[in-house]
Amino acid sequence: MNLVTVSGPPSSGKTAVILKTIDALKKQNLKIGVVKFDCLYTDDDELYKKAGIKVKKGLSGALCPDHYFVSNIEEVTQWGLDEGFDILISESAGLCNRCSPYIKDIKAICVIDNLSGINTPKKIGPMLKSADIVIITKGDIVSQAEREVFAARVNMVNPAAIIMHINGLTGQGSFELSTLLYDETVQTNSLKGMKLRFPMPAALCSYCLGETRIGESYQMGNVRKMDFEEK
Amino acid sequence: MENIHSFKIKELLNKYPFLDSFFKNNTLKISGKEHLTLRQVFAEFDEDTLEDMGVEPQLFIQQITEFITQMNTFLGKDENKVKSVTILPGNDKSGNIEGFDKLVIKQGEIISIVGPTGSGKSRLLADIEWVAQEDTPTKRKILINNDIPDKKWRFSSSDKLVAQLSQNMNFVMDLTVYEFVELHAESRLVENKDNVIKRIIEKANDLAGESFEPDTPITSLSGGQSRALMIADTAILSKSPIILIDEIENAGIDRKRALSLLLSEDKVVLMATHDPILALMGDRRIVIKNGGIHKVIETTDQEREILSTLEEMDRTILAYRTKLRSGEIITKI
Ligand SMILES: Nc1ncnc2c1ncn2[C@@H]1O[C@H](COP(=O)(O)OP(=O)(O)OP(=O)(O)O)[C@@H](O)[C@H]1O
Ligand SMILES: Nc1nc2c(ncn2[C@@H]2O[C@H](COP(=O)(O)OP(=O)(O)O)[C@@H](O)[C@H]2O)c(=O)[nH]1
Ligand SMILES: [Mg+2]
Ligand SMILES: [Mg+2]
Ligand SMILES: [Zn+2]
Repeated sequence: MNLVTVSGPPSSGKTAVILKTIDALKKQNLKIGVVKFDCLYTDDDELYKKAGIKVKKGLSGALCPDHYFVSNIEEVTQWGLDEGFDILISESAGLCNRCSPYIKDIKAICVIDNLSGINTPKKIGPMLKSADIVIITKGDIVSQAEREVFAARVNMVNPAAIIMHINGLTGQGSFELSTLLYDETVQTNSLKGMKLRFPMPAALCSYCLGETRIGESYQMGNVRKMDFEEK
Repeated sequence: MENIHSFKIKELLNKYPFLDSFFKNNTLKISGKEHLTLRQVFAEFDEDTLEDMGVEPQLFIQQITEFITQMNTFLGKDENKVKSVTILPGNDKSGNIEGFDKLVIKQGEIISIVGPTGSGKSRLLADIEWVAQEDTPTKRKILINNDIPDKKWRFSSSDKLVAQLSQNMNFVMDLTVYEFVELHAESRLVENKDNVIKRIIEKANDLAGESFEPDTPITSLSGGQSRALMIADTAILSKSPIILIDEIENAGIDRKRALSLLLSEDKVVLMATHDPILALMGDRRIVIKNGGIHKVIETTDQEREILSTLEEMDRTILAYRTKLRSGEIITKI
């Protein structure tokens, strides 16, 4: 089985792109499953089901969804193998702009949209910087110039990536992406021992653990204070 | 470039001025550290700070090296000379082989693409954009300059084969016309930026009915002005040798002039359309049926005459529109 991790800011078009790409993959008679990670709520699983795609969802609740992702991805992989998928695609929303679910030697795709503003690429961090393929969506609602400027900015933070434009509504470009996803020679049977591409920062402070009271005496663990001296 | 980390930042910036924006976009704080080497800069930050900036030294070095290579290729190369695009036949949706030997489209040509909804017009455009090598549903093969195309056309972000004029003409950035074109010019690393920007704004004003100023915010341009600016900008700044157009609407721009501006910049223009006037403005038209290229028709002299009549009718209709808009009552045709 091939595992493909897809990540990107909320509403950037991840589900739309995955659905259209699966359409193209199905024509090659490949068996595909999806796992969706989110925080509090998602109805993406319904969209996948409606398209006849096997899907599992995981909600991380109060935890960072990417931390939750790493803690569960091995089990998810075993599920995918049991189901006999050729390709298992994970979709996760990047929320903290600091974590990314990418694993070394596992294909990593970042989906980002043209509407998010030209300074977004530099704000996103590892989720964009360490992806193998960057998909830019919503080109249909901006000008050619804006598309070129945006792509140039993406290229600047991740020059090594393949950058592709996909229209999530019409699927234009998704066939092309589908040709890059499946590699017969790759067989992922377990992720045990594999490594994340980028360390996830520890975010454990007393508030992570449910503290609600405000004030220094309630703050424990990894606490950082703003610097008011800085000019 | 192997030992890029042993150059001082100052030296790097001197040698590769474009790295300035690379550092900015990658949030590595180098101000005040120009006298240090990259290795020393990394050593100045502790691991937590680097983690905070989302900078991983090894990845950073890899990316900066890649970026320098790309930019050097980009700057060193003379124009992307695409003199012709050749389409070799594939099959239609029923698997029948397309009925032509090969279709060669030359620089400076306008080709219109017609056919019913769902017939495969967009697929043909996508085949060209992806420089299909018998690896799309149509099994077509695309040659550039009569040769197997370089892989870069598929994957390079600065060397796209195709620029697309979108159907939609909203701008989303909050900038003036000048700033907007400047941003684009900077991303294309053009020399004598100011001249180029001036020329684009001038050409755009030629195409648009009502004129606008360099300091007009792009979001307050009318539909016609936006489209005019987009076309002028794409014609002059986009390096892509092929322009795809999905219906240029009539929205207040001179379409004939728009096309001739694109052609004067040595582009190949492919235009999917349902509008008879645009269809006949092409030198040739491709008729698509059931996913395949059904016919390629050269615009005849008679059709060109008819085109003039159609354009006359179009102007008449426009004139009526103007009259109705301004509150007149129409009494005769
Ligand atoms: N030769 C072909 N073989 C197989 N599938 C094809 C072929 N040509 C087109 N298709 C498929 O047919 C569908 C419709 O084609 P396309 O979207 O290109 O139509 P269109 O002419 O652009 O329609 P519209 O006018 O509605 O935009 C697409 O899914 C496309 O991939
Ligand atoms: N206009 C346009 N809308 C898009 C495109 N891609 C996605 N969308 C829309 O953007 C919204 C968010 O997309 P979705 O796939 O749910 O994003 P996700 O949260 O990243 O999975 C949906 O309404 C999509 O229909 C695109 O290329 N163009
Ligand atoms: Mg989604
Ligand atoms: Mg179409
Ligand atoms: Zn996180």
